[in-house]
Amino acid sequence: MIEVKNISEEDILKILETVADPEVPVLSIIDLGIVRKIEIYNAVQKPPSGSLVVFITPTYTGCPAMDVINMNIRLALLENGFINVEIKTVLSPAWTTDWMTEEGKQKLKAYGIAPPNMKQQVCTPGLFQEEEAVQCPHCTSYHTQMISRFGSTACKALYKCNDCNEPFDYFKCH
Amino acid sequence: MFNSNSSITNSQFQIPDSLINYTLHLADNTLILAQQNSAWCGHGPILEQDIAITNISLDLLGQARNFYQYAAQLINEFKAHSPKERAGGEATEDTLAYLRDNREYKNCLLTEQENGDWAKTILRQFLFSNYQYLLYEKLQYGEDEQLRAIAEKALKEVIYHLKWSSEWVIRLGDGTHESHQRISNAVIELWPYVDELFINADYESALIANNIAVDGGSIKKSWLQGTEEIFSEAMLSVPQNVFSQKGGKQGIHTEQLGYILAEMQFLQRAYPDSVW
Ligand SMILES: [Zn+2]
Repeated sequence: MIEVKNISEEDILKILETVADPEVPVLSIIDLGIVRKIEIYNAVQKPPSGSLVVFITPTYTGCPAMDVINMNIRLALLENGFINVEIKTVLSPAWTTDWMTEEGKQKLKAYGIAPPNMKQQVCTPGLFQEEEAVQCPHCTSYHTQMISRFGSTACKALYKCNDCNEPFDYFKCH
Repeated sequence: MFNSNSSITNSQFQIPDSLINYTLHLADNTLILAQQNSAWCGHGPILEQDIAITNISLDLLGQARNFYQYAAQLINEFKAHSPKERAGGEATEDTLAYLRDNREYKNCLLTEQENGDWAKTILRQFLFSNYQYLLYEKLQYGEDEQLRAIAEKALKEVIYHLKWSSEWVIRLGDGTHESHQRISNAVIELWPYVDELFINADYESALIANNIAVDGGSIKKSWLQGTEEIFSEAMLSVPQNVFSQKGGKQGIHTEQLGYILAEMQFLQRAYPDSVW
């Protein structure tokens, strides 16, 4: 347990790194880039010393994982002695896959999910666009094709590798 | 904004009331369409498209939740400061979705139309996504901070919906004889509900001057242009001189909404406050 005195943002970030995305458990909420700000109240009476406000932003508007993430943040902080925790959701600026850390992208790839490309590539309403080149996380070939723009969760699209013939999920740009 | 000062003027009071109605209207549009689309779960023509339509449903439901949460916050603040106390307990996203009746729903008639066949569901989604795309594109620069944030966030998802549904309209229209016939029928069935999207309700008109609501008239031309482009690629023609139905924004609905609410609200009506 951390002494509830002179808590640093780093201490809190370390705890939040243990909170995983329930839908893609190799990613922590820090890897995802959804923790936007942490407010720490040291040595003040009101709110009590050791109070925290964690600001998070949802990945997708309808992401059912957000409720679970909220609860898991609360539990992780509670386990470390933080009782007065408030979690605030901020919508703006809207989350983008560009906020995912480089480490997060590597973890995704190792897990078998193609990490998001830079968002400029495909987030425009033009139709039948040439699909962005997505690298197969299994054999690293770029010779892949999109099967469906919508996948098993809101954040993924379904792809197939034309070289190794394996299907895979792509964490689509957003 | 919700100053309890007794010198508050009538026009200042109209803003919270209009803002509540406008937010509910935005919420109802997305909830009702989400509910309709969700009926495809397990019934899509192929697995990938079953997943696509239910994903779209989930996105719309997420938008609805954001709008309802904001509406509930506005209602509770307004009630606390209003001299005319409204009846009932605290508003929440759930009371707004599950405990309001037909006449209180402010969704456009288009969103409540029957799923019909795949072509009709696709066309309804395309007509609505094209509208929503233009709407949110403007709303994200509006004066209300929360509506702006929801629109900015949802816009990215709507782009995916618009691309997907546009491509399907073209695929069906320029597909087989049967698919062309089916989507042509859908155009005839749904076109009477298009105009309502662009006719401002009183609560919209009241907010347009303050740049809180988007003026429906201001996006109609772009909408028609975008629709005509897709229709022409899909070998479909835009119907002319169709009698328009309206009233949904004011709570006057087609019979469809009754069936939707009966199913959607049954559990909370029969077993109040039950949770899972
Ligand atoms: Zn491969």
